[in-house]
Amino acid sequence: MTGADVLLLALGAVAVGAGVLVVTTKHLVRAGLYLVVCLGALAGDFLVLSAELVAWVQVLIYVGAVVVLLLFAVMLTRAPIGVSDDLDRPGWPAALIGGGAGLGLTVLLVDAYRWGAVTLPRAGTAERLGEQIFQSWVLPFEVLSVLLLSALVGAIVLSRPDIGRAAPRSDDRAADLVDSEPGRRR
Amino acid sequence: MRPVIPYVTAALLFGLGVFGVLRRRNAVLVLMSVELMLNAVNLILVTADTTARAVLPHSGQVFALFVIVLAAAEIGVGLAIVLQLYRLRATVAVDDVPLTEPPEPVGGREPAVLDTEAGR
Repeated sequence: MTGADVLLLALGAVAVGAGVLVVTTKHLVRAGLYLVVCLGALAGDFLVLSAELVAWVQVLIYVGAVVVLLLFAVMLTRAPIGVSDDLDRPGWPAALIGGGAGLGLTVLLVDAYRWGAVTLPRAGTAERLGEQIFQSWVLPFEVLSVLLLSALVGAIVLSRPDIGRAAPRSDDRAADLVDSEPGRRR
Repeated sequence: MRPVIPYVTAALLFGLGVFGVLRRRNAVLVLMSVELMLNAVNLILVTADTTARAVLPHSGQVFALFVIVLAAAEIGVGLAIVLQLYRLRATVAVDDVPLTEPPEPVGGREPAVLDTEAGR
């Protein structure tokens, strides 16, 4: 066991422990904060695995943006601050399927890789990843930008229910205005 | 570096995510569990970048970046849907949403919104 292995074990244990708390805690807000711990430990994992850029993007987007959005949603839906008892369904099927998926994948991956060791490749710095993205992966990159734009527009349309029926409403308002105008003048 | 350690971490995190999606009633917590699954996939991609010798270097990390972008788009649209559900029904419990609802008339939306306003 080298130092990298010890670090990976420790960070993995933190990530899995925080993940368990995310899916079992009774506090809505604490679930979001445990998610921060889990994602931060995963960013540490990425650093040990020599994926520098991915680690920093993980911190920036996940810990910085996604969790903040989730906490906003928790507060906008007026979630109770303390313990809430109605967060869970009876969970035997969930435990069966989730445990089956997790343990099945574990057995598969352990069987495939045993205890063998590999040497880490060159670190994935921003320069090398940028070369790859803008040489070999340009088309997926552009498609992703279009997808982000469409998701943005979709979120705006979803959160404004008056967009779909704007025309009849403006007619109603115009009619109201026309009706009320003479009343005011009188 | 033993690649089996991050692989097992990712497998366990994915199982936890599946468990959370099936177990949780609150839609925001379901989205958090989806994030756990996406991160497990990211960890597998980054680890595979160290074990597999691909033609293009660093493809796994590039894919991990793409998955992060997809997750950001997914969380934006997902939260818009959750907030809209909360405005219409005053609840975010996913098993309170009837799947076989007859189509409402256009005017049918107004009372629900009014109820929400009255509930505040």
